[in-house]
Amino acid sequence: MRPFTYERADSPAAAAAAVERRPGAKFIAGGTNLLDLMKLEIETPAHLIDVNGLKLDTVEATPDGGLRIGALVRNTALAADQRVRRDYGVLSRALLAGASGQLRNKATTAGNLLQRTRCPYFYDTNQPCNKRQPGSGCAAIGGYSRQLAVVGSSDACIATHPSDMAVAMRALDATVETVRADGTTRTIPIAEFHRLPGDTPHIETALLPGELITAVTLPKPVGGTHVYRKVRDRASYAFALVSVAAVVQRDGGGRVALGGVAHKPWRVEAAEAEMPRGAKVVTAGLLADAKPTHDNAFKLTLVERTLASVLAEAKGQGERKAETP
Amino acid sequence: MKFDTPATTNPIDQLKVVGKPTDRIDGPLKTTGKATYAYEWHDVAPNVAYGWVIGSGIAKGRIASMDLEAARKAPGVVAIVTAENAGPLDKSKRNTATLLGGPEIEHYQQAVALVVAETFEQARTAAGLVRIDYTPADGAYDLAAVKDKAEKTKDGDSVVGDFAGAFAAAPVKLDETYTTPDESHAMMEPHATIAAWEGDRLTVWTSNQMIDWMVTDLSATLKMPKDKVRVISPFIGGGFGGKLFLRADALLAALGAREAGRPVKVGLSRPLMMNNTTHRPATIQRVRIGATPDGTITAIAHESWSGNLPGGSEETATDQTRLLYAGANRLIGNRIATLDLPEGNAMRAPGEASGMMALEVAMDEMAEKLGMDPVEFRIRNDTQTDPADPNRPFSQRQLVQCLRLGAERFGWAKRNPKPGQVRDGRWLVGLGMAAAFRNNLLTKSAARVRLDQRGIVTVETDMTDIGTGSYTIIAQTAAEMMGVGLDKVAVRLGDSSFPVSAGSGGQWGANNATAGVYAACVKLREAVAQRLGVNSADARFADGQVVAGNRKVPLAEAAGADGLSAEDGIEYGNLDKTYQQSTFGAHYVEAAVDSATGEIRVRRMLAVCAAGRILNPKSARSQVIGAMTMGVGAALMEELALDKRAGFFVNHDLAGYEVPVHADIPHQEVIFLDEADPVSSPMKAKGVGELGLCGVGAAVANAVHNATGLRVREYPITLDKFLDRLPAMG
Repeated sequence: MRPFTYERADSPAAAAAAVERRPGAKFIAGGTNLLDLMKLEIETPAHLIDVNGLKLDTVEATPDGGLRIGALVRNTALAADQRVRRDYGVLSRALLAGASGQLRNKATTAGNLLQRTRCPYFYDTNQPCNKRQPGSGCAAIGGYSRQLAVVGSSDACIATHPSDMAVAMRALDATVETVRADGTTRTIPIAEFHRLPGDTPHIETALLPGELITAVTLPKPVGGTHVYRKVRDRASYAFALVSVAAVVQRDGGGRVALGGVAHKPWRVEAAEAEMPRGAKVVTAGLLADAKPTHDNAFKLTLVERTLASVLAEAKGQGERKAETP
Repeated sequence: MKFDTPATTNPIDQLKVVGKPTDRIDGPLKTTGKATYAYEWHDVAPNVAYGWVIGSGIAKGRIASMDLEAARKAPGVVAIVTAENAGPLDKSKRNTATLLGGPEIEHYQQAVALVVAETFEQARTAAGLVRIDYTPADGAYDLAAVKDKAEKTKDGDSVVGDFAGAFAAAPVKLDETYTTPDESHAMMEPHATIAAWEGDRLTVWTSNQMIDWMVTDLSATLKMPKDKVRVISPFIGGGFGGKLFLRADALLAALGAREAGRPVKVGLSRPLMMNNTTHRPATIQRVRIGATPDGTITAIAHESWSGNLPGGSEETATDQTRLLYAGANRLIGNRIATLDLPEGNAMRAPGEASGMMALEVAMDEMAEKLGMDPVEFRIRNDTQTDPADPNRPFSQRQLVQCLRLGAERFGWAKRNPKPGQVRDGRWLVGLGMAAAFRNNLLTKSAARVRLDQRGIVTVETDMTDIGTGSYTIIAQTAAEMMGVGLDKVAVRLGDSSFPVSAGSGGQWGANNATAGVYAACVKLREAVAQRLGVNSADARFADGQVVAGNRKVPLAEAAGADGLSAEDGIEYGNLDKTYQQSTFGAHYVEAAVDSATGEIRVRRMLAVCAAGRILNPKSARSQVIGAMTMGVGAALMEELALDKRAGFFVNHDLAGYEVPVHADIPHQEVIFLDEADPVSSPMKAKGVGELGLCGVGAAVANAVHNATGLRVREYPITLDKFLDRLPAMG
């Protein structure tokens, strides 16, 4: 770990300004990912700006019937929020599928979006990694890649995004609200928030230097049956091999986003139109341009089978719901 | 005390204290944080500095150059140790690669430097400033690729009868190959040591299972007299064989302390534990079984291939096959190839843990070919003598009783022998079983016992407690022998100034260490009797008193103002040659497989164990359920993922190296048969901590097969290996 200096910010714009003033500065909230990476010298910020005191920790109704989730709302609190559980069940379930109770107590909404990959080569500073050290190469390509991306990857990087929460938010069409040092704000659709690796896998999001996430907004509820299925080798405390976030309407239509397959939560709106025709067709659309490795080609089959199971579950639940007076 | 004839009745047989499910006496210390682990000695060595180990960034080759300048100038740095300034070092015979590498590099993360600084953070930061250039060399990393170059091991093959002929002639045959991956001990407490020099004397506070090995090997490596080294390791946060040996933490702490001129503390980081220390090596195992249609085995062969660094030992994965089942024609042996991976060595139940994962699936497959129930097939081929020597009986062998009792308790009769038939919602459900087998090893062990004027009995031995319950069973032994309650017994372990014990490993600790305490207590009883002027054979020790004839003297009084002390140990004759001493059991598992995703979840498990006298059913049960958990890990998830190009284990942290979590282990049950084996020791006990692991993986695999009809012969059984063979989705 490199030495660093530390300060507490007292307003979002001041926090953004503080980062802009100090090259190499980073925000810290829960610290559940950043501190580990600093200990391994994968992240080497010279300065940390603690944003925990910014009072961005409430979930509020929006005028159009949605929810505005403060950037600092802890994963545990968000998963337990009655409105989230009632209207955005896929989000609550995704959150609870992630990490452990202790980590969820610390981890924040914004921090969860900004998690870095769990590619094992990213974690070993003896190995080349374009994400950790741009231009050094990718040890994962041709290496051990069972966990890694099958779609949207590039010759520079085959890492995946590890979040469960973000997959559900992608299915829910969330938007990310930010503030910059000069006080200007903007909203970024979650589809555009995470980037594909391309030639610059070290640039992972649409955030500009110093830009701070203040909230994530969910549009008004879309109804339907909400399912989040996370497939993994052990029953808990493991990253997804693949995950499926689905919102399924009574007519069989709906939305699907995938985790564990790409550098970002993976959703292809055009493929969703085929949902009433079943998992095979939808998967073909979702993974049309897949380029799996020898180690992870099984994920293509796994996505299709998991999606089929999710759609069957949603159908069963939907029918039971319809029968309830 | 020489133990060369089977035990007769002795004070342990009273079972007033021994055999009771006593809470562990060190429990309160651990739950209140007062038990001092290696890294936590804060007061023993003043002015301690902190060392950070740098591991090699390549698997094989040479260090071309090492630039220490920036690190030396970094804040707080007091010393840097490398092979260049460490002085002459030997390599102990129990280490395969040198513990401080350079310029030659023998494996990934081989230690090449220790940076010592005023604080832990300064040491770690400065270590990040060390620049090393390497000249890599080609290495061999893939066992399958070098398998054909493997050689027979020095023990040679066990050959009985004419295997080839009998196998060729057998009406029913199986010939399958199974693989097990490299595994990590992944114990909770990393390797850690504090080293302090006083003149030419060295003291290390460390975490080690075998105190005398540590003293021997540390002194040999430092080329100094053994009596100048003291090792202290009273509490150990798990070892599983990973802490049997001197490792880089202890050697580098000693070297760092010498260089810095003050005490130095070194803990290995988690990534170093996977690639710097030892691991259970991968195996490729071929099993061939021939039988007559009634299920009688006529031919059995088991060969295993593993790799290691030059001079390293093989994984003895076929050894149980010499003894577990009958069969007139046999061919059994281990093969070893050279690999440039980190050193392969013992991990809990070395040999049997991996070997049973293959043999017991082969037995299941063979039963299926024969159309026999797998329990009955095993019973049909039971043997009460060493199959290679009919004149050599097992001292005790209740395998059949374990199998039958387990079948009854687990509801085996309800199992559908046709696989893939039972559904519970979206889950496919199956039952599987396997025999359990692990040898009982005898090794000498000594202790010192003191009786003071308060009537307190203090036991001192360099035995270790790696979380197993050694403190408690030793206290129970001394309490039983001296006729006092547990509250009158103090146990001090893990210090090389105490008599040399068996140590903890190979499930030999409990039986041998308590037998050593037994021997010392016999001697103390004699000393008490002598002081009272009575014949020790006539003295009865009970309720804190010595009773001889019409005399009744409190122990405290007998001890006198100076107290009494006795030291002795157990040494074994030929009973383990005359008799084969092994432990037996049966594992039963119910597993469910998600019909869509292939995720496997164990639902319930049962182990039945026949392992001699159970000294403490509570700590023994903890050992067995822990072992069963480890078996689930081995079956379903544990694998050091190998990068075959660069030669290292990629998933070198506990996020990447998955071991079971609570949610994976919903229900476990353990039954111990009531057994006492007078051939094993005066305690009539045997090992049990490793028996609980041997066979579990196969039982899980067999349950998965019963659930799905699919065989996966390549551990761990992960969904990617059979997903495309699951029934099509409806």
